[in-house]
Amino acid sequence: MRRHTISLIVENKFGVLARIAGLFSGRGFNIDSISVGESVEPGTARMTIVTQGDEIIIEQIMKQLNRLINIIRVVDLTDDSFINRELALIKVNASAGTRPEIVQIAEIFRAKIVDISQKTLTIEATGNEDKIDAVIGMLRPFGLKEIARTGRVALSREYRGKDQPRQPAPAAPVWERERLNIAADPA
Amino acid sequence: MELTGAEIVAECLLREKVDLVFGLPGGVVIPLYDVLRRTPKIRHILVRHEQGAAHMADGYARATGKPGVCIVSSGPGATNTVTGIATAYMDSIPMVIFTGQVPVHLIGNDAFQEADIVGITRPITKHNYLVKEAGEIADAIAEAFYIATTGRPGPVLIDLPKDVQVMKAKFEYPERPHVRGYRPTYEGHPGQIKKAVEMIVASKRPVIYVGGGAILSGAADEVRDLAYRARAPVTTTLMGLGAFPETDSLSLKMLGMHGTWYANTAVMQCDLLIAIGARFDDRVTGKLSDFSLQSKKIHIVIDPADIGKNVQVDLPIVGDVKRVLQQLNPLITKPLGTDEWLQQIEVWKREHPLTYESTASCHEEGLDGGSDGTAPPSHIPLRAQYVIQKIGEMTHGDAIVVTDVGQHQMWAAQWYGFTKPRSMITSGGLGTMGFGLPAAIGVAFAVKDRPIVVISGDGSIQMNIQEMATAVGCRLPIKIALLNNGYLGMVRQWQDLFYGKRFSEVDLRESNPDFVKLAEAFGAVGLRVFKDEDVEEAFAEAMKVTDRPVLIDFVIGEEDNVFPMIPAGAAAHEMRES
Repeated sequence: MRRHTISLIVENKFGVLARIAGLFSGRGFNIDSISVGESVEPGTARMTIVTQGDEIIIEQIMKQLNRLINIIRVVDLTDDSFINRELALIKVNASAGTRPEIVQIAEIFRAKIVDISQKTLTIEATGNEDKIDAVIGMLRPFGLKEIARTGRVALSREYRGKDQPRQPAPAAPVWERERLNIAADPA
Repeated sequence: MELTGAEIVAECLLREKVDLVFGLPGGVVIPLYDVLRRTPKIRHILVRHEQGAAHMADGYARATGKPGVCIVSSGPGATNTVTGIATAYMDSIPMVIFTGQVPVHLIGNDAFQEADIVGITRPITKHNYLVKEAGEIADAIAEAFYIATTGRPGPVLIDLPKDVQVMKAKFEYPERPHVRGYRPTYEGHPGQIKKAVEMIVASKRPVIYVGGGAILSGAADEVRDLAYRARAPVTTTLMGLGAFPETDSLSLKMLGMHGTWYANTAVMQCDLLIAIGARFDDRVTGKLSDFSLQSKKIHIVIDPADIGKNVQVDLPIVGDVKRVLQQLNPLITKPLGTDEWLQQIEVWKREHPLTYESTASCHEEGLDGGSDGTAPPSHIPLRAQYVIQKIGEMTHGDAIVVTDVGQHQMWAAQWYGFTKPRSMITSGGLGTMGFGLPAAIGVAFAVKDRPIVVISGDGSIQMNIQEMATAVGCRLPIKIALLNNGYLGMVRQWQDLFYGKRFSEVDLRESNPDFVKLAEAFGAVGLRVFKDEDVEEAFAEAMKVTDRPVLIDFVIGEEDNVFPMIPAGAAAHEMRES
């Protein structure tokens, strides 16, 4: 069981999210997180789905997503180099006494204070999930009031520096070989 | 040219060369029906229940390969088609379903006869549409027909709100619909095909396993060509019956739960399994961890999602099976060394034939009525297998057999003797009781030159018996062979074999109607047969009737079971022959 980050370009049409959610629930696949937003091309949206399963399940997920008519492209980013970020809004208890310490923690994580009241601070943190988990972990002792997390968004990495030239495209996964009709072993 | 939405629908149907639709009107589709009334080129068949309309469109599609079309109203009209849509979806049958919907401004308000049919049918359609503007109708319909009939076929639903049917819009029909996220693969990859040929040539014990995909793709000739070139025996699934003639010496008949002993044994012992347009369904494989362990596997199928879903295969080829076989077959030129294997199979066929205890043998054993006088001599039950065999003989294997679901379905699959594709019309994937009669009606509108025989059971036939009125109204000469054992027979069989004969809610004997009178009440002909020797005469009489359906109530043994049988979840070697 591994976590996989799947990136989709979909037609921004009525009911697409329901089709995808229905596919996952109907076939018993897990969704850890899902995020949706407009993509570059008008009328399309990018979705990032984080899911888990063994190789066979992930292959089925990819293939079943590909069957949906409104899905234009499906890529499993997991084995490629990719950037991923999540945003969290964290509302934490803060008195005059604890406020400086909380601000300091936020600074260490390069998080922003976005709201303040007599009794609370709200912090906006961005980063990968580990970082968000760490911020939340550090703030927990002060008393967490509310948390909102976006779930992961991700894109594949383009430039990798001189020492790490962009690697040749990884061998297409099995599902893609079949779909794109590429021989498993181009003999 | 400005047309109303309803007029656009009719125009689109004409462009798609649809001349027959099945349906039942209701409040929100009256605008469409108003247009249909003045569109004589499209014949509308009025059904008695919307499920019937869906099965009729499905049966029509299975018999012809053309998409079946049905039109129903919103709410209950639409939900009544759900079983029919799921049936078509599971067997990959091209269909376009039009449902009416409440006016756009009422959607979501729990309006009268409102149901979210697009939501309900999302997992049982290949795709579906809710059209909110008349200007979008033509594109939706063009896409629907394109999606339904290409790639792996399937049902597509279009939901049409009432106001959209009345709204006016410019009509322009897209010649080639463009659907970005949909690109079926048709050609097989040459490298993969080359490897398949190497595997076939190297094989000493090959088996070709053919599913419904071969029929959908029209690949029967190519399958036969492959079998002859490779000198490989052929077994078919329930959905694949007719893709290879069962009269051919290379035929192993059907495999799977109620397949022949020799087909299942051959699959178990082969060194190469060539799956063509099949999906390794659980009724075929039985216990997956014991399925065909000695074989390498080639899987030719159009839907990549079927590859590796149940069984890991050595060589996948994604493509239309007809085209792939056309690419592959000519590359097999060397004669193959399968003689020993074919001889072995001949021995198996002799030693473990498909068989049943005939009524005549019961006579010999003196089972015709106990000496205590409890059962009269006439009580020797008629055998379903015999009835089906006789029908096969009398129709020279030329009938289109349409079945319901249960024991009679398996007996029909085993005993009819299928030689042509699109001759066995049956609900394989979903297993829908009540499919047979309405599906046969759909077939009867498409096929005029072959007999159409419904093989049904007393449980199944009552699930859509209302469509008898449709058949009588349209004067369709359908023959209904009702194998009446007074039970929900297949469930009874499972309770008999696996639940210690604890029969629970399967007995219909007391409550069944008099089927002969029922047929007559509908205006059809009803006949009843108790004995083997009367089967031929009754069926001959039925064949003479050309202007209405005939139902023959074959009163068969109450306790007959279907054999061979691999119990659910068991492996092929655990097959029971009696």
